[in-house]
Amino acid sequence: MLVSAAVAIADARIGKYGERTFSGRPHTVMERSYIAFKSSAWIVVLSGFVEPLLYLFSFGYGLGKFIGTMNVGHGHVVTYAAYIAPALLATSAMNGAIYDSTFNVFWKIKFDRIYEGMLATSLGPLDVALGEIGWALLRGFAYAVGFTTVIVPMGLIQNWWGILAIPAAVLIAFGFAAIGMAITTYMNSFQQMNMIQVVMLPMFLFSGSFYPLSVYPHWTQEIIKALPLWHAITLVRSLTLGDISLGLLPHIAYFLVMIFLGLFFTTRRLTALFMR
Amino acid sequence: MNSPAPILIRATGLTKKYEDFVAVNGIDFSVAKGDSFGFLGPNGAGKSTTMRIIAATLNRSSGSIEILGKDPELHGPQIRAHLGVVPQQDNLDQALTVTENLYVYGRYFGLPKKFIRAKIEELLEFAALEEKRDVKVEALSGGMKRRLTIARALISEPEILMLDEPTTGLDPQARHILWDRLFRLKEQGVTLLITTHYMDEAEQLCDRLIVMDKGSIMAEDSPSGLIKTYSTKEVLEVRFGSDKNALVAGELEALCERIEVLPDRILMYGEDGEHLLHTMKESGLQPLTSLVRRSSLEDVFLRLTGRSLIE
Repeated sequence: MLVSAAVAIADARIGKYGERTFSGRPHTVMERSYIAFKSSAWIVVLSGFVEPLLYLFSFGYGLGKFIGTMNVGHGHVVTYAAYIAPALLATSAMNGAIYDSTFNVFWKIKFDRIYEGMLATSLGPLDVALGEIGWALLRGFAYAVGFTTVIVPMGLIQNWWGILAIPAAVLIAFGFAAIGMAITTYMNSFQQMNMIQVVMLPMFLFSGSFYPLSVYPHWTQEIIKALPLWHAITLVRSLTLGDISLGLLPHIAYFLVMIFLGLFFTTRRLTALFMR
Repeated sequence: MNSPAPILIRATGLTKKYEDFVAVNGIDFSVAKGDSFGFLGPNGAGKSTTMRIIAATLNRSSGSIEILGKDPELHGPQIRAHLGVVPQQDNLDQALTVTENLYVYGRYFGLPKKFIRAKIEELLEFAALEEKRDVKVEALSGGMKRRLTIARALISEPEILMLDEPTTGLDPQARHILWDRLFRLKEQGVTLLITTHYMDEAEQLCDRLIVMDKGSIMAEDSPSGLIKTYSTKEVLEVRFGSDKNALVAGELEALCERIEVLPDRILMYGEDGEHLLHTMKESGLQPLTSLVRRSSLEDVFLRLTGRSLIE
């Protein structure tokens, strides 16, 4: 029997592992985001890039004048701007990833019903999850790269290990995008969605962005160490300060687990929402 | 004579249960290649549920279903590659233009860009949307959106096109344009699966249909076969005023094969409506208004379920 191109493509995956949930085409979902992005409001995108710079100038250089230098251990002393810059880098990766994976995803599920359309094709739910999370990750990555290209000439990253801050930012953005989308698929209203913002801001302020955790009582430190942004900041700061050790592996592992859980629950939830 | 067309879809004892109700209750049907197959029934009859099970986006509770010889629960993506789906509510990509909608949809199927670009030209012409090609979909009229949704479903050259209530909410002119397009597809040999609660739509588009109510199949045949079996050739509709309708019903019943007393009118079934009207007037009954028409699927549905299709 003569089959269409679409059928031949789908049939080629018969017998492959996970064929019911994955068709090997998350890039087509990302391509859709790219096409939509080309005609979107650039100013919104740009604001996410500018935000960490504003923090850097006001806190790093403004407040930094009064603070002077920070002792980061092993007798290593850096300017206050160099201390907070990696935290802002990690935060911008997080913010970029969260923008696309939360409110935009919520809109697509509830109002535009984009995924319903995608899942009526030969795509599987894991294609949609990976494609959307991948796109959100790209935005986090872009913000991190943008921020880095500003702070390197300012002398805020002074050692070669600092280059690894970029792949670290990808890992961080991936983790936040995956968890962000997973959580969003369980949300029912804008009120619930606003809770995400309610969590994000304090997490940014208290996760050791502007001063070490040692200022807090022990129990507070333990809570903060359980949160993802602290791991992100600690990882990026260690890289930009050249403080390399096996002690960084748990931070990496933390994000790998986040990515896995995010993908797992997003895929499961998309299946439940649109394919049950 | 040619050999009979192969069966594309075969359902046996197909059932979908939810916690508190049974949406589809053990239905059997089969659809042959090239058929234009309709599911007729009121809202809540189980038509859309059945469609979603066929489209491999809803799991059944029990029974079996094969689409092109495959089980949709085991081979979802492969089955969906054969299908073009036009959902009840448009789910076009609002952020994209007309052509972009067609393009990304083709990409979801993994089709090569060159293939899609050529196909888009063909589909824009088919849907009469050439002049809207670079327009965002939110600016389109309801009829245009529907046509675009159908065009989008055709990007992968599906063997089976599934349309869930294709003309609900469209004005008469837009409906006729749509019907015309669906006829063309039928002529090209595309198998059509259509749900509708409009009798005229079912009569226009379907070679064969099943009448569904409360999750079960009440009857299955061609539209004309159904009318032949479950109704008479003609219907005389009379009104005596809402308080009198019930009073004269007994007298009228003696004059014809069967009557249906509705809140606002009485339907009298017979082979010759004019003759029926004549006899009725001779026996001294003067209705306020009268209308003779041919039997339709509405009458079939009324006979089968005791209720109107659109309530």
